[in-house]
Amino acid sequence: MTDGCGAPAQTAIAADADTGGQVVVAGKVTGGEGPLGGAYVRLLNADGEFTGEVQASPDGDFRFYAAPGTWTVRALHRSGNGQASVSAEGPGLHQVTIAVA
Amino acid sequence: MSREDVLVTTQWAEDNLDTPGVVFAEVDEDTTAYDGGHIRGAVKIDWKNELQDPVRRDFVDKAGFEALLSAKGVGNDDLVILYGGNNNWFAAYAYWYFKLYGHDKVKLIDGGRKKWELDGRELTTEEPKREHTGYTAKEQDLSVRAFRDEVVAAIDTKNLIDVRSPDEFSGKLLAPAHLPQESAQRAGHIPSAVNVPWSKAANEDGTFKSADELAELYNEAGLDTSKPTIAYCRIGERSSHTWFALRELIGLEDVKNYDGSWTEYGSLVGVPIETGAK
Repeated sequence: MTDGCGAPAQTAIAADADTGGQVVVAGKVTGGEGPLGGAYVRLLNADGEFTGEVQASPDGDFRFYAAPGTWTVRALHRSGNGQASVSAEGPGLHQVTIAVA
Repeated sequence: MSREDVLVTTQWAEDNLDTPGVVFAEVDEDTTAYDGGHIRGAVKIDWKNELQDPVRRDFVDKAGFEALLSAKGVGNDDLVILYGGNNNWFAAYAYWYFKLYGHDKVKLIDGGRKKWELDGRELTTEEPKREHTGYTAKEQDLSVRAFRDEVVAAIDTKNLIDVRSPDEFSGKLLAPAHLPQESAQRAGHIPSAVNVPWSKAANEDGTFKSADELAELYNEAGLDTSKPTIAYCRIGERSSHTWFALRELIGLEDVKNYDGSWTEYGSLVGVPIETGAK
């Protein structure tokens, strides 16, 4: 259904969500006062190479369809930047929180 | 051509929001970003619903482009300043598209919507009202657009530059990592293509790297600048970004964008495909 390349609107994803066999890296961006909306979240592979970018929802949620491996998620926001790593060894939901300061 | 001829800074944009003869336009595939807040005075262009033919896989024709720009209030003499999300992918596509139809007075905001937001600059939900114009376009300048037969003929002959991510190039993924994995019939890349992901042409804040950095990047990747170059990705917008870097920033003369890209090539019967990293 998606024939474009633009990032779809980001929504929260339940911890027990069925990912349809895909490797999903998802989570939330947080700031000093809780969830931080609108950050640009970049997915970097194990070599630090850029793989994808989405803009977090107003509630700070983001989601990537990745491949198995170790990933870094890096958030850019006008209030600051932050990053976290996540190990996604196989299909399913791999959750991660990024603190921006 | 210098960087200032094709790019403006976010500061320049803010300083020129009310300059007569300058029209700002936000271009996106999903225009909800515009609807939620955009640069004051900017009109919106919907990449999918306004720039693509609704039935055939092709662009709107010359008359359609004229009607579109007339309705948006863009005149032939206006300087059009384009920006958008996704590190300006769709804005770069629109830039290429404007050039295709002969509109030369067009520039991108360096860094696009992301840089504007990271700068903490103001956005508004108020939609501008612009007078209808009688815009006239030129016939498509096909010196910047490649079609499939030319791409197949370019294997081992011209530079083919695949600007998708390494995992899409190798055939591990069929689409960028922020999208569900669905696309062409087959995964992989066009034989003899080099893989320089579009993202290597951009800084983290979405601005383009300098012409010197770009020249070094493509030189190291093995691009022979004495040959014509065809850039492709999945649907032609990321490759517009690289087309912009190669032609408008480095200044290479013969650079085409293959807008059919992998969704066309990877579904063609009988054409050669390579898989694996290079």
